[in-house]
Amino acid sequence: MELYELTVHELADKLEAGEVTATEITKSYFDRIKEKDPEVRAYVTLLEEDALKKAKEVDEKRINGEKVSKYAGIPIGIKDNLCITGTKTTCSSKMLENFIAPYNATVIEKLNDEDAVYLGKLNMDEFAMGSSTENSALFKTHNPWDLERVPGGSSGGSAAAVAADMAPWALGSDTGGSIRQPSSLCGVVGLKPTYGLVSRYGLVAFASSLDQIGPITKDITDAAILLNIISGHDEHDSTSLDIEKKDYTKALVNDVKGMRIGIPKEYIADGINEEVKNAVLEAAEKYKELGATVEECSLDVGKYATAVYYIIADAEASSNLGRFDGIRYGYRTENFSNLRDIYRNSRSEGFGPEVKRRILLGTYVLSSGYYDAYYKKAQKVRTLITNAYNELFEKYDVLLTPTSPTTAFKIGEKVDNPLEMYLADICTVPVNIAGLPGMNIPYKLDSKGLPIGVQLVAKQFDEEKLLRIGYTLEQNTNFRDNKPTFRKG
Amino acid sequence: MAEKVSKEEVMHIAKLACLNLSEDELSRYTKDMQEMLEFADTINNLDTENVNETLGSISKSNAFRKDEVVDFPNKDLLLKNAPSQEDGMFHIPKVIN
Repeated sequence: MELYELTVHELADKLEAGEVTATEITKSYFDRIKEKDPEVRAYVTLLEEDALKKAKEVDEKRINGEKVSKYAGIPIGIKDNLCITGTKTTCSSKMLENFIAPYNATVIEKLNDEDAVYLGKLNMDEFAMGSSTENSALFKTHNPWDLERVPGGSSGGSAAAVAADMAPWALGSDTGGSIRQPSSLCGVVGLKPTYGLVSRYGLVAFASSLDQIGPITKDITDAAILLNIISGHDEHDSTSLDIEKKDYTKALVNDVKGMRIGIPKEYIADGINEEVKNAVLEAAEKYKELGATVEECSLDVGKYATAVYYIIADAEASSNLGRFDGIRYGYRTENFSNLRDIYRNSRSEGFGPEVKRRILLGTYVLSSGYYDAYYKKAQKVRTLITNAYNELFEKYDVLLTPTSPTTAFKIGEKVDNPLEMYLADICTVPVNIAGLPGMNIPYKLDSKGLPIGVQLVAKQFDEEKLLRIGYTLEQNTNFRDNKPTFRKG
Repeated sequence: MAEKVSKEEVMHIAKLACLNLSEDELSRYTKDMQEMLEFADTINNLDTENVNETLGSISKSNAFRKDEVVDFPNKDLLLKNAPSQEDGMFHIPKVIN
């Protein structure tokens, strides 16, 4: 077994036992990246020099008997919309191609407290808008299970890197499924925490009422560990909730006896691939065998979630992206004679096609005459969706659905049809609309050898249930015996 | 299908959003917006007469903190990102003749 194949908790045990050094682990990852990243293309920026320096520091601390975190010296990959001081944060956009972050995101500060080692920054759809990472203005990322297929998105680089053993874990962000859907397509664990559990300070904003940062990991134990590290109140994010800090690893209990699991029937219906649907039903059977009660239920109003999502997310995006004016930071056009030209030409040359499409739709739904019909209406339907979930959580501990309606699709397959691409998120967007925690658990491979993931959703701030019920499935199945093949087609 | 949005409207929206659109982009985005708005319109099937709008993703009231000035520690790095700067200030073309 190579070091890069291990989970974080396995690496931590080896570090603690003195069997391995942080430098050896870090080197192992950069060797792996040099071997595999030329074909996967997950990394936008590599931080090898800084990483090895940091690893050496941590090794010295351990040798000198200084008290360090159990996870000190363990490398991590970071989605390129999270700020690390002095490091490029591109959002995979021409607009921010040369932007050097002048401060750390709060999640980075928290990782620094653990002496984390940063491997590099990971590719994404431009400004996190997309479900395939094909909207990156820099390059496309390939799925390690089939290099001709997409890794999902928008955190496609993060999910592909973890799947390809090019990072033991990574951070992503999720606005409508951007952690869970790529995790499903790449066969890794992806956890989108409850809105407000993790500070968004230093995350480049896309849709502020929906964005959350979360872990992408090889197993659920690592997801709990990373959530422990990054969660918590932050005065720099007024939407982060001041609640008691929990130890999520305590929720890793292999037992679902008496747990109540609901399967909204709309998510095992038309529009969901047959093999994906069967995998969800198989997982449900497994849960029954393990002592949980599983019941079909209904989330009828969920069918409006995608429409609601694109109205609200694009409205917020059009507002958030108003800050890119070519003056203070970001791309500035060379073609201008007055201030208005700077604004218009910088934005027109700096943003890619999908970003422009969403700014236009967002501006439209907020504009005079349409605000009530679209934006206000969508915010009301949002309330109905939240209420429907609340009712379900009176009866069920978690809901079980597919994470993605299909397994990984071919690169180029959906690029010409934005609406079809948007439907890749039908199982994940309602969760963001209601601010709930959701998690992808890799479950099995389909007949083409591509990962199928199942999604668990819990009520707000009940990550423990999510982790416990997910962990039990993981412990009683064997997805991790499969390895990506790096085949082409 | 009924026209939801015209090219003229998309041009107007682009102006509000500070974006230039080429003739090709205008045709493309008009078609895309037409499709997306038709899709978005499905929410009008729902009765929301007595429903309140969602104002935040979690039920949380105001978050207060002291209004204190805190110096940003990394001003140089902040300014370095400006496409054009001079003497610690952002440089823009003349706006008043």
